[in-house]
Order: sequence, then structure tokens, then C-alpha cells
Amino acid sequence: MTKYISSTINHFILSIGLLFMIVPIWIIFASSTHSSLFINTNGLQFFLGDNFIENYSRVLFKQSGFFNEITALKMFFNSFVMATGIATLSVVTSLMAAYGLVYFKVKYATVIFWLIFITLLVPLELRIMPSYIVMSKLNLVNTFAGLILPISASAIATFFFRQFYKSIPDELLEAAKLDGTNSLRFFIDFLIPLSKTMIAAVFIFMFVFGYNQYFWPLIMTTSEQYWTVVMGLKTMYGSISDRFAFVIMSMIPPVIIIIFLQKLFIQGIFQNK
Amino acid sequence: MVYQRINSNRKIKMSFLELQNITKIYPNGTKAVNETSLNIENGEFVVFVGPSGCGKSTLLRMIAGLEDITNGEISLDGNVINNIDPSERDVAMVFQNYALYPHMSVFNNMAYGLKNRGISKEEINNKVNDVAKLLEIDQLLTRKPSMLSGGQRQRVAMGRAIVRNPKIFLFDEPLSNLDAKLRNQMRLEIKRLQRQMGVTSIFVTHDQTEAMTLGDRIVVINNGVVEQVGTPKEIYSKPNTKFVAEFIGSPQMNLFNCIIENGIAHIADMRINLNNSTNIDDASLGIRPDDILISDNGQHTCVANLVEYLGSDMIIYSKIGDQEFSCKLSSKINLNAGDTFKFDISSTLVHLFDNTNGSRV
Repeated sequence: MTKYISSTINHFILSIGLLFMIVPIWIIFASSTHSSLFINTNGLQFFLGDNFIENYSRVLFKQSGFFNEITALKMFFNSFVMATGIATLSVVTSLMAAYGLVYFKVKYATVIFWLIFITLLVPLELRIMPSYIVMSKLNLVNTFAGLILPISASAIATFFFRQFYKSIPDELLEAAKLDGTNSLRFFIDFLIPLSKTMIAAVFIFMFVFGYNQYFWPLIMTTSEQYWTVVMGLKTMYGSISDRFAFVIMSMIPPVIIIIFLQKLFIQGIFQNK
Repeated sequence: MVYQRINSNRKIKMSFLELQNITKIYPNGTKAVNETSLNIENGEFVVFVGPSGCGKSTLLRMIAGLEDITNGEISLDGNVINNIDPSERDVAMVFQNYALYPHMSVFNNMAYGLKNRGISKEEINNKVNDVAKLLEIDQLLTRKPSMLSGGQRQRVAMGRAIVRNPKIFLFDEPLSNLDAKLRNQMRLEIKRLQRQMGVTSIFVTHDQTEAMTLGDRIVVINNGVVEQVGTPKEIYSKPNTKFVAEFIGSPQMNLFNCIIENGIAHIADMRINLNNSTNIDDASLGIRPDDILISDNGQHTCVANLVEYLGSDMIIYSKIGDQEFSCKLSSKINLNAGDTFKFDISSTLVHLFDNTNGSRV
């Protein structure tokens, strides 16, 4: 009986939390299916209207920006490339950095690691001028490489992988050595499959981090061709329902990634074994 | 000339595995193994036994190549292997916590070493299936290690070693994570498998029972030094040092500090005639608990302070002067704590050690 009560209370609290998160999104969604005129006269809407297809297709394909050089669809593409690039590169670099730091007899490995870790204190916003100068000297302004490279090495991801590798018993490496493996094969046959869940978690974090970048792409791009979704959210002009439709659509890519990697992601966060 | 001949003879009759003056000093200065030399013949089952931290595992890991050798030379099958990579030494090791590959099925755990050696898929299949049958794990080949019980994991770890058909098996306390019943069972099985396959094996343990039952020869190690090498019988019946005497045998040997004058040992006010003419100022007289003969017309009398009943046997704890000792006898004898009992110590059953260096007299 007490179990029943406590579970009811738990669900009640969770439901309230859920409502707090869902309702604003729902209101935006519902409003985005009405015409701008209707919202301007009647305020935000809680119930669905009948302009869904019209609004959304208009937003997706309409030429916008200051010079009408970009569509929302292109922004999604840009954001997707940037976020995937950042996530993939940071997984690869931090996996390998951690491997080197933990498994190779590197002198001062701990010092090197902490130096890497300290870069967390220097976020992109702080080093934005030098980063921009480097990128522009490399002729990478207005390229995907320029958008991706400066934020694709992650100290926090290196930290996660390092801690995880440290928790792997030494005997595993020793047994593998006796079984005739070399350092590259150990990395491929053991560390990558063992850190699968961790990779998923880091990938999601970095994907969302990359997707949410605003300032860096703003600095790095002069051509509207490279606008990302988050830049579009700020600068896209149009009617109120168009903007709402764009807000709703901008949430979809991270949600899709999370849905696909959810199982691995949760295992990765609570990883012990 | 003579020296040379001996030397060349020795070279011809080289042992399968030879350790010569092996020393291991860790970077922090700890001397784990000190000047150890040992010859192991092909097909032999040798057990390294000693208390924890005595360097027995380090020695094993040096043979495996997992630990650098500070000084000395290891040769296997006629080749010096000091600088040969562990993967090329052709040794297989069973680890204390099994070290199974958690993300691979049992089959892949066993097949991994073979794959790395470039053996064909078909041959790998055959080998793994044969060994799995031998170890009765053929039903488990598709499972992951996390789905196995301790005993099953142990078998897989053994299978992984066996399937490679190495020159030497190295066992690093492989039974210490199993419960008592399973441990006995696996012990017998390891012995049986080793006999059947005839592969040279080295088994490290701190458990003297395991050492006694498994080994063709036992190497007792203490503080990085080999105290004695011999068959279980030799070691039990003629321990070379005080340490071996105490370490091997359960319950452990009684050692009395005593003065020996003209072949008479003085332990407190007790006198034991050793039937010789030794004189040692500071000696230890050892006698195994089951070698103390209890009889109604024994020469010596003591009070049983504590009686431990073990089923068929019982152990009596008593004191001579202020030195405690125990004796093991059949529990059919009716003796309770507080009773006095009479016993004899036969001079043929005692072990004498010189306390100044701990060695046998």
C-alpha cells in the first residue's frame, strides 16, 4: 500500500515536471500551425490550426537571410554537417588522446593530461580572435572545415575516455598481449568495442554542443550559404508563425540523434562495466 | 678443464626452461626477486608457493614477458627470451581474475589468439570446439563472459590457454576466486589436463595445499629468494629452512626455541634426547603436530588448553613453558580442554634449525 502511494507521488511529481517542459513546446507547436494573422490578433494558441503544411513548407523552402541566399533546409544541412563533424572528430581525437595517455609509457602523461584539461578554462569565446586569425590565414573562412576544426578537440571527452580506460583492468591488456595483439589491434579490437557506450554518450554531447554553436559560426561565416540553424533562429525574419515553425523544426535533429543512441547513451552515462 | 667440461655438458643437457640469476628491482627500489636460478624440464608441473608479496607472481610474469627483467637470463627451449615480446614467446597464462575479454563471446575469447596467428577459420573452429568439449564448455560458446558463473569463466580462461597449444602454461593463482568446493574440483581437473597434455606448467599459489597436491616439484619462495626446490614429499619431510618448515603443512609445524647441549634439547624444563652430539646455543626444534605421539606412558606431560574438534581429527593446543604448540590426533581419543595428557617426541621425527640463519641442521 505504501509502495503504491509513494509510486503515485513519484509519478505525480514527474508528471508536473513533464508538463512544465512539454507545455511551452506544445504551445509553440500549436501556434505554428495557425496563420500569422490569426496569432497576431488572438495571441498564442493551445489547439492545432490548419496551416501546418503551408507554414512548414514555406519556412523550409523560402529564400531568406539578408540577401535571400539561403533556405531553412540548407541551414539544417549546414548545422547537421557541422554538428556531426564536431561530434565525430572529438570522439576520434579524444579516444586516441586518452589511449596514448593511459596505455603508452608517456613521460609526464599526467601533466600532459592536466594541460589538456586546463583548456576547459579557455572556452572558444575567449580565444575567438586568435582562432579566427588562424582559420583565416589557413583560408578556411566560409568553409565547413573552418566551422568544425577549432571546436573539435574536447578536453572533457578526453577526460571521460581516460577515466574509462583507467578502469579497465591491466590483465586485459596483458592477456591480449599474450594472445599476440599489438597496440593498434588492441585499440581496435578491445578499446573501441569496450567504449561503445561511452562513444555514444560523448557523440551525443558533442553533437548537441556543435549544433548549438552560435557565436563561432557567426564570426566564421560571411556568406549566408554557411548559416546554421541557430544563426537562422536569431536572424531569420518572417511572420510569427514562420518563426515558431522554424523553432519546432530546429529541435528535431538533436532529438533524432538522442532517440537513436538513447540506449547506448544511458548505459554510457552510468557506465561501470 | 674440469670446469669447462661441466659447463659444456650442462649446455648439451639444457633444461626446457632455465632461469639464471634472475633479479627484479622495481623503479621504486623494491627488490621483488633476488638472484633466482631454476631449471624446469619439459612436461613438468612446477608450483611456485610463498606468502603474498614474496615475488612469486613477479617471477611468473617475467617468464611471460609482462615484466622486465632487471638482471639475469631466461631461456625457453634453448633460446634466450629476455627481449622477446610476450606475444612471441608462445606462453599462455591463466590470470587470477580470468581476464576474459568482456565484449567477446566465449568462442571469440578462445579464438582470438589463434586469429592473431593467422590460422585458418576452419582450423580455429575445429580447435576451439575440441577444447570446448574437453573442458565441457561447448554449450557456452555463444555466451558473453558476464553470463557465466565463476567456475565456467575459469574453464574458459583455461580453454583460451589450452587452445593455443603453447610451450608453457602459466597459472597466476587461478583458483583463488572460487569457492572451496569448486576449487578442489578445478584443482583435480587442472592436474588431470596437465597430465593428459603433458605441457610444461608453472602454477603460482599462496595456498600450500594447492602446491602439495598439484606440483611435481614445488618451489618455495620467500622475500624474493628461493628457499627450497623439491618434490612435495621432500619439502614436507625435509624442509631446508625454518620458513619452509612453517609454511608447508597444515596445521603448521611446531617450532620450539631451545638450547641444544650434547644432543639434548632444552625446552623450558623439558628435555628431549636427540641421540646425537649436537651443540647449538640458539636452535629451533620443529615437530609436526601429527608427529607428536600421545600415549598413556609418554615421557612428557602437558595440559590441553584448547581442543579443536575437526570430525575425524582433533587438534589440541597446549604449552611447554611459555611456548605454544599443537598436536593433531584422532578424535576417537577422549580428551577435553583442561585435561592433562602424556606424549613423546621421537628424535627421528624432529627437524632442527639453527636460528642464526634459519637453515636446517
